[in-house]
Amino acid sequence: MDKYNYRRRKITDQIMRNLTAVATGCAVIPLIAIIGYVLTIGAGAMSWSFFTDVYQPPSNAVVSEITGEEPAYDPNDPFAGIADAPSEDPNAPVDPADNVYNAAPRGGVLHGILGTLMIAGIGLLLALPIGIFAGIYLSEYRDERYATIVRFCCDVLSGSPSIVAGVTIYVLVVLQTKQFSAFAGSIALAILMIPIVTRTTEEMLKLVPETMREAARGLGAPTWYSTFTVVLPAALPGIVTGVMLAFARGAGETAPLILTVLGSNIISTDIFKPMAALPLLTYRYTESPYPGENTQAWGAAFVLMMLVLIMNILVRVATRRTGGNSR
Amino acid sequence: MSALVLTDLKPFYGKRQAVKPVSMELARNQITAIIGPSGCGKSTVLRCLNRMHETIPGAYATGKVMLGGQDIYAPDVDATMIRIRVGMVFQQPVALRTRNVYENVAVGLRLQGLSNRKELDAAVEKALRSAVLWDEVKDVLNKPGTALSGGQQQRLSIARALAIEPEVLLLDEPASALDPIATASIEELLVMLKTRLSIVIVTHSMQQAARISDETAVFMVDASQGQGIGELVEKGETTQVFTQPNDPRTESYISGRVG
Amino acid sequence: MAQQLTPPQWSTGKSPMRHGDVPFRAGTVALASAVVLLVFAVAGMLYVSSQEARTAFGWDLLFGTVWNPIETELSPMSFGGWPAVRGTLLSALIALIIAAPLAIGIGIFLAELCPLSLRTPLSFLVELLAAVPSVIYGVWGVFVFIPFFNSAFANPISTTIGSYIPWFAGPISTGRGLLVTGVILALMILPTIASLTRDVLGLVPNTQREAMLAIGATRWETIWLAVIPYSRAGIIGAIMLGLGRALGETMAATMLVGNSQRISESLFAPATTAASLVANELTNSVSSLHESALISVAFALFGITLFLNFGARLLIWYVERSTRGGRS
Repeated sequence: MDKYNYRRRKITDQIMRNLTAVATGCAVIPLIAIIGYVLTIGAGAMSWSFFTDVYQPPSNAVVSEITGEEPAYDPNDPFAGIADAPSEDPNAPVDPADNVYNAAPRGGVLHGILGTLMIAGIGLLLALPIGIFAGIYLSEYRDERYATIVRFCCDVLSGSPSIVAGVTIYVLVVLQTKQFSAFAGSIALAILMIPIVTRTTEEMLKLVPETMREAARGLGAPTWYSTFTVVLPAALPGIVTGVMLAFARGAGETAPLILTVLGSNIISTDIFKPMAALPLLTYRYTESPYPGENTQAWGAAFVLMMLVLIMNILVRVATRRTGGNSR
Repeated sequence: MSALVLTDLKPFYGKRQAVKPVSMELARNQITAIIGPSGCGKSTVLRCLNRMHETIPGAYATGKVMLGGQDIYAPDVDATMIRIRVGMVFQQPVALRTRNVYENVAVGLRLQGLSNRKELDAAVEKALRSAVLWDEVKDVLNKPGTALSGGQQQRLSIARALAIEPEVLLLDEPASALDPIATASIEELLVMLKTRLSIVIVTHSMQQAARISDETAVFMVDASQGQGIGELVEKGETTQVFTQPNDPRTESYISGRVG
Repeated sequence: MAQQLTPPQWSTGKSPMRHGDVPFRAGTVALASAVVLLVFAVAGMLYVSSQEARTAFGWDLLFGTVWNPIETELSPMSFGGWPAVRGTLLSALIALIIAAPLAIGIGIFLAELCPLSLRTPLSFLVELLAAVPSVIYGVWGVFVFIPFFNSAFANPISTTIGSYIPWFAGPISTGRGLLVTGVILALMILPTIASLTRDVLGLVPNTQREAMLAIGATRWETIWLAVIPYSRAGIIGAIMLGLGRALGETMAATMLVGNSQRISESLFAPATTAASLVANELTNSVSSLHESALISVAFALFGITLFLNFGARLLIWYVERSTRGGRS
């Protein structure tokens, strides 16, 4: 039965087909593991105070139980309230309750949640007009030579590392105003959101059938009128999904915020001052030596992950219903 | 002596049965034409004859198709082997994009492990000559296959199928994408080829079926139960089918289109 | 003539609305130009602000081996970016070696082989993973992957193979290093490469597959000999985009690479990358020269990702254009 090289070919076919399935498994398993870890460990960090409280320095939980009052956080003296330094001798017997390293997580990330909503929200507001109008331009005047240039610049923005946006705003805004600020962070995030909004808007407008534009033109409607009354409304659900994805992307960005927003331990509403943000908290708490704060890092990651998951699932549901395509 | 014997062949797309059970014999060294209106399942039935049907996701077929004493739908039969014995040419001429003219023809032989350059050269030349393409392409064997004209690409597709010397050649509306001159050259070629192998051709052109085929099978759509389902209504010698059809549906179809 | 319709106001050609098109176009062009302007602002700022360091050090900024921003009696101030450049290239290379074959396999599986019922959920999962913020990969890497990696790979390898091959030499201290970073970067760029590969494979006309199947090719032969050659340019483009992402990724690298300016041959030892160097030092820069040197590093990063993106887009565009031509 080995006419036509049959057996060797059949075996190669089987092996290679299975290999692609294995490759998919190899990739999907750690990726599911990431989501799974964040959702399970992160859920463990959830508590009422996690969402309602702000930063509390790690301290000896027992002391505060005895005195019955939480030491208030003083931004000028962040180490106030820390009862004990870790023992110098790692082998010395340590009473778990005496060691700040064993203290349970304290405080919450309310300041981070509010900060992220504000920074990413303002970033989105900055990105929306540019993104949507650039998208309209790319779609309605798609054959112009200049459109190719705009499209390429969009790709450059979406392809360049997010740290570059951070460096740009650090130099152009932070150094000029001599002030880290939430607003600078919003501008940096806007740079990252603009290409997403632009390309989604363009794609969604292109999906609107040409016949609708022709019908409007046939009635003598000028381009701007048909764009605003016919084309844009038809593409609106798709554009909204793009905006949601842009928000989720911006809310999860960390690197540009390190260079622009700096972070904060309190709730701040002044957008021209440093502000807290969830991804920053996630990063700082991960690097923290205190296990309590490490737990907070999982919690903050959990909130971020939920944001991304919910946005993506909403987009999925929305695009499935309208029959559109999310890319 | 029959090339293919179909017994209760039922093609499915997912849960939907596309054609009522088909039973017929396709004669050896003859051209059998399959005609009928669109949606009658003629291409589906053709694709069942070398198990190409099942390459569409969700599609499968039940029943028997005997090829030289072997049921191609028997559980231990591999579709790949069947496709080596039963070649197929599609409606759209296909030149494999990344290969030159020579490799477009040689690819099937290379798959089977033939690598001797002399044998390959001889086989490629033979296939191209059989497809009446050799004289046109012998100087451009290194050019990409896509550089040929539509008619040449279709004959290239035929040469690729012929190179591995199948017993049966299936053609799915091979001329419908071609101009009349290219169509004529394909028809001429098929008539020449039938001395060497058995040919089954699906066509929507009754004139074409009448011109080249020895036998004709007519398929119709039965729309009586909601979704249309294909059905074999008549098969016989071409002259008989076109002049004295047994089935009234054949008659109305032929007269409606030819008359 | 039964009906006498009054033409809508805007259709008469005289109404002021008719003139709306000129400002409309001007408005969209202006805001679209903001995108172009932004690119020029980024490039211009990087160029100008890096001038000081570039004139002072030239190519040493990329290839000098000592990075020491603070002048001391023992060590002079020096801005040699090679530790960062080397770390960036090595970690991205490791990521690519792991991710490219896997991602192409995934792309093939999703586009060609996977059962229909699995295709949508798997595709969704892959796209979801591309959306996970990089800081989350960092958290997972620090708390879950590094401990696992140390006990399962780094320690056994460094004590056995590591004694012969300096790449894998011990000792393992924190476990942070280029290899760990590369593995996590691989996970991060997998979805990018995989979904793009799936997309370009989807552009291959079915006729090419059927032609191969019809001459008795197996599924794999069809994929390997017809489908992949057809979309080769697009797959290379996908890999280039993945590489661009790996080179520029900041957070995962910052959290996992160890941030050490010392060049160590061992891939288990702490190192640094260009992006994490900038993220760590820019806000704490001690002098304008230091700042300028860091911006030069960012400039180089911008340049190389720009180049990669340009090349990748060109390749993918080429595939799209040639498939459209092939179908006509």
